[in-house]
Amino acid sequence: MTGAHPEHLAHHFDTAEQQFESGKLGMWIFLATEILLFGGLFCAYAVYRSIHPEIFVYAHRFLDKALGAINTAVLICSSFTMAWAVRCAQLGRQRALVRLLVATIALAACFLGIKYIEYQHKWKEGLLWGKYFRAKLEQPAGPPTARPTPAPTPAFNPDERSLIPPAAEGPGGLAKRGPEPLLASSPGPPKDVQVFFAVYFTMTGLHGIHVIAGMIVLALMLVRATKGEFGPTYFTPVDLAGLYWHLVDLIWIFLFPLLYLIR
Amino acid sequence: MSEGKHDAQRGVAATPVGHVVPFKVLAAVWGTLLAFTALTVAVAGVDLGRFNLEIALAIATLKASFVLLYFMHMRYDRPMNAIVFITALLFFMLFVSLALLDSHAYAPDLIPGYAPALPQ
Repeated sequence: MTGAHPEHLAHHFDTAEQQFESGKLGMWIFLATEILLFGGLFCAYAVYRSIHPEIFVYAHRFLDKALGAINTAVLICSSFTMAWAVRCAQLGRQRALVRLLVATIALAACFLGIKYIEYQHKWKEGLLWGKYFRAKLEQPAGPPTARPTPAPTPAFNPDERSLIPPAAEGPGGLAKRGPEPLLASSPGPPKDVQVFFAVYFTMTGLHGIHVIAGMIVLALMLVRATKGEFGPTYFTPVDLAGLYWHLVDLIWIFLFPLLYLIR
Repeated sequence: MSEGKHDAQRGVAATPVGHVVPFKVLAAVWGTLLAFTALTVAVAGVDLGRFNLEIALAIATLKASFVLLYFMHMRYDRPMNAIVFITALLFFMLFVSLALLDSHAYAPDLIPGYAPALPQ
């Protein structure tokens, strides 16, 4: 290190490297909390799927696998342009940095556009969460499920069980029972398909909010990049925005197989 | 300039901090991620019984590792960042494992006949 005081070095740091490493460590701690935030939802997914695998096997057919795969590729491409943008910031290539940030934001918008098409389709079909679920499931979307449907519920005897009512008999929300024809034929749809869509909308919705937040952060970076603020000696904001963006990609990498590719 | 960064600093003498990932590495990781995405879609079309889930998760973990190591610079970073992140992952796994143990232990007894039998 030279003795000169770099322009972007805050006074409470000894060196630019210390400042850079501190910023990065702070960002990684934030990313760790993000893992724990999404962790709750992944846990809910794991518990629901392990208890009711038939719902997940049946209901995932209503998701468009092709659109999901395209969106995965779009996010991977945006991660690539982001990593490339950080490299250009580090090397002081201003024009390339601006272009790559624009490309990353455009790919994020593309992701949200495809997501909107998917959500709109679900909305039209009534494939929604909890009591808003109003799809008619007489015809399964694909061949009959491989798993046998669970045995019919034995006669209800309030004395032999805990006082906690089964979800299907409880009030409102997730507990809303579907129309009776759901239970008519044995190879037909399982009960409580809306549980899958509650999980689907919560997980992809929270992820979508993160995509929007990432776009806002990237837009701020773009504004600063057009002013030429970033260069070899100061690129930490771009780097940290990139870390956030890669985490959004990382979470989708797990959401895609878990929601779209169930078998 | 600290030690261990000499190989990264070719042509960027003005950069006092960080590691510049070579473009070839970034492009290779990009291609690998796209290839793995195609692979996971293809594997999902083959019925492998209970292994479908395991394989899908293994591929996703592999993809995530590439993103972490190269796009997120974890391979070139100080280990502290990785320790923070991996600690969060370990606690997440602990959380899911205990929740699954618990729901498998109690749910079928709580509401007889309502929760389906566990697979053998």
